[in-house]
Order: sequence, then structure tokens, then C-alpha cells
Amino acid sequence: MNTNEILETINMIDNENLDVRTITMGISLLDCMGPAVDKAVQAVYDKVCRYAENLVRTGEDISRQYGIPIINKRISVTPIAMVAGACPGASPVRFAKALDDAARTVGVNFIGGYSALVHKGFGPGDYALIESIPQALSETELVCSSVNVGSTKAGINMDAVQKMGRVVKETAERTADRECIGAAKLVVFCNAPEDNPFMAGAFHGPGEPDCVINVGVSGPGVVRAAIQKSGGGKNLTEIAELIKRTAFKITRMGQLVAQEASRRLCVPFGIVDLSLAPTPAIGDSVAYILEGMGLEQCGAHGTTAALALLNDAVKKGGVMASSSVGGLSGAFIPVTEDAGMIEAARSGCLTLSKLEAMTAVCSVGLDMICIPGDVTPEIISGIIADEAAIGMVNSKTTAVRVIPAVGKKAGEELDFGGLLGMGPIMDVNQASPLEFINRGGRIPAPLQSLKN
Amino acid sequence: MEKVEKAVITVIGKDMVGILAKVSNLCAEKGVNVLEVTQSVLQDLFAMVMLVDITRSTAEVAELADIFDGLGQRLGLKIHVMHEDIFNSMHKV
Repeated sequence: MNTNEILETINMIDNENLDVRTITMGISLLDCMGPAVDKAVQAVYDKVCRYAENLVRTGEDISRQYGIPIINKRISVTPIAMVAGACPGASPVRFAKALDDAARTVGVNFIGGYSALVHKGFGPGDYALIESIPQALSETELVCSSVNVGSTKAGINMDAVQKMGRVVKETAERTADRECIGAAKLVVFCNAPEDNPFMAGAFHGPGEPDCVINVGVSGPGVVRAAIQKSGGGKNLTEIAELIKRTAFKITRMGQLVAQEASRRLCVPFGIVDLSLAPTPAIGDSVAYILEGMGLEQCGAHGTTAALALLNDAVKKGGVMASSSVGGLSGAFIPVTEDAGMIEAARSGCLTLSKLEAMTAVCSVGLDMICIPGDVTPEIISGIIADEAAIGMVNSKTTAVRVIPAVGKKAGEELDFGGLLGMGPIMDVNQASPLEFINRGGRIPAPLQSLKN
Repeated sequence: MEKVEKAVITVIGKDMVGILAKVSNLCAEKGVNVLEVTQSVLQDLFAMVMLVDITRSTAEVAELADIFDGLGQRLGLKIHVMHEDIFNSMHKV
């Protein structure tokens, strides 16, 4: 065994924030459905508790065995709109509370799947669930919600986009006394992946098996350190190679943890999600990687190109390291969770429109962005529509997770604490898209040939 | 044939008298067999890597990690015990 390699691994863990970000157990609730709401709610609680009983302890054991920090243990479930849809007339919030209770019982820190998939249209269950999101997120603590409003194959459901602008705003208002945190647990997707282990957008898709283990790796700090150590003389081809090598190592660690968790819990291994997920910890920042490539600050012209290189190299390095890759797999750019992004947003170098451009070449989308409290629902819908269009046309996942800061203006800050971080409220273009948004209907699916 | 299970113990910190003795003593106490040791002292930074056989260890890897971490804290050193799989998977294709 090579001493340098051993010390390299130790250094990555001790000094460069290398960790496995999450082990997420996906649990299907399709067999909990039924018209009697009391029974269905109980069945959901029981199944989640039964399946995930040993999840947290197993995660901790693996973490100690390999000496790798495993930060989060989480659960994703079948979109609740499908389950609650079988109980017409009953409030879906009851399911949210059952999920919240179950999450607390088994000790996970988030449970995702208070979700609806409405990219082509609504069912009665979808309507009820979407309308109930503000209440559900304000009356629970650990439940995360997501709504898929568009896809490359179906187009964008603009009625859903219109609705979600209002829902995001109302969710923030209902949790205004807690830094509007409700909105930080709500994601609006286009092309949502069914096996994503990362919150707040995790849900267990209907095409997934009964139970599955998905693992999300991390490691922006390791990539940044590798670039820093390489010095200034490398060209971008060499930088891409370096990122690939580093991503390979990070992903191998995730694969090992995923296999071990799957074996110990007797649950099939699903996927490793190759994402670079930043944390507010100093050094664990995607923005710092971009700056390490030679940008004065994240948000400068050149940022989109640097991010495109990073995103692609992470995938190329990671794909070979894992037997099965899925989820979001790419670099995340959540503003409040990334020390470098926070600084860039504070200084005004990073703007909302630059972030929108960046989402065209990286994973996810406009993520964890605080916006002024007076932004109207139709402007939020406009933001969602733009982001969904980028995802739809480019056949990729995009999402919007913006937090309207009730009672606050651009330049002030919100502080969520923990992994959700903190950040400045960013300026939003206030010109009204009201008439466009109110038209509703569907933006047709794009052509898949004649690409220009 | 019994499967041989191995772990890697790494010790990093300020050099002083008796580090190797203390670490290997603790290994013996826990039924951990030392297979290989490499160490280097750069100025006064001490770095040691031990490959050990834990097949007959009286403690699980996770437990060993805690025990050695305790020793490390008493000596003012960083001591990690990690299953060898992690290094094999990260650095070998």
C-alpha cells in the first residue's frame, strides 16, 4: 500500500472537508394507499419507521468503520400526491405530519416526497397537495416538498408554474417568524430525477423499487485544494484532467459506502449521485473552485465557462468510479450554502441573471436564493418559467428554490443556520410578467432535432 | 480459509519519544497484529502508517477507531484507524 495515497485520503478528510453528504433511503408508499385516510396515514408512518429503523445507526457504524464522515441520513418517499389522491376530501397535510413524525422516530434529518408530478397536468390529488404545501411546510419541521412542473418530453405546465409562484410566496409568509424557512424546503423542478438523494428535491419515483439506497457524495473542498496545489501554470485541459481524477476518488468512496449500506440494510443499491455539494464551511465551496481556476470572483465573465468545465469533468471522473450513477450528478450552486457564493452575492459580483446563465451548464438551478419580500407571485412564477425552459430545452434537470424574505429588502440577510446556511437578499428585476403568466396553458415540448 | 481483514493506522503529529511503542502496545492489547510499518520524520513532524491485521482483534474497526483516537488525544497526535477497503477503493482501479 502506498503511504502517500493513505496520507492523501486522511488529508482530504481532515483538512479538505471530504465527506459523504447523504445516505438516502427511498421507500415506496404505493402499497399504503387506500380510501380510508386514517388507515393510509398510519400505514405510511408504520412503513417508513419499519424500513428505516436501522438507517441512522448503520450510517454511523459505516462512518466509524471507514473513518469517513457521513453527514446526513435521509428518507425519500413516493410523491404524496399519489398516495393522498386515493383519499378524496382528506387533507394531505395529515400525511405530511405522519412523515414528520416518522422522520423524528427514526432520527433522520429530512424526509422528502411531499411532492406532485404535474408536468403535463393535474389530478385532483395533485391540486390538493399543491394547495396544502404552505400549511404542510409551516406545520412540520423535517418534511421537504417538490413539484415537477415541466419536462423535455411533456413541455411546461404553465398553470402549475402560475400556482407555484403563489405557493412559494405563501410558504415563506407562513414561516416568516422562522426566517421564511418553509420556502427553503420547497423545490420547483423541470425534469426532476426520480432517484435524487439530495434535499429538498428528493422523492422516490414511481418507477423505483420498493426500497433502495442512494448515496450523494460531496467534496468541493477536495477539488479546490487539488487545483490550488497544482499551481498557476496548468492549462484548462490539464485542469479538467485533474478534476476528473479527484472526482474519481471522491466517487469511489461514495460507491464503497453505498455498497456497504446496501449490504448491511439488506436493501438494493440504487445510485451514487456525483454532485459537488458545497457547505457553508470555509473551503467547501464551489465558487472557490471557479475562483481557483483564475476568476477574480465568482460571477465574473468566464464563470459560466469555468462551471461548464467543472460540471463535465466531475461527471467524467465519477461515472467510471461507480457501477450506477444517477440523481442530479453535477455541481450545485446553492447561494446560501456556499461561502464563496455568499461573498460574491454580497459584493454584487454575482447577480440573479448570472446565476440563471450558470444553471444552463450545471446541475440543479436557481438554488437557495433569498429574494426581497415584496417580489410578487407572478415574478416568482416568471423565474420558475425561465428556469424550467432552460431545463426543458437542454434536456436537463433545473429547479427553483428561492426564499422570499418577508418584510426585508435587497441587501439585508437571512440566516437559516446549519447546512442551509445564510445569505444576502438579491436584487430581482421587478418588471411584471403578469399577463404572460396568467395566460396559463402549456408550453409545448421542444423539438429534439434541428438543434441550434 | 479465514478471510484476512486489514486496517490502516495512521499517526500524524509532533515527534516525541515512544510514539511507536505506545501505538504498538495498544495494538498488542487489542489482539491487532502489525504487518507493516513505515514512518517518516520531516523536521519535527512525525507521520507513521501501519498496516495491521484485525482478523483476531478483540474490537471492531469502529471501536478501535475510538480507542486509538483517545490515545491520540492524550498524546496530542492525530491517530486514525480506517478499514483498508477505503484506500483500496479510492486509489486502485
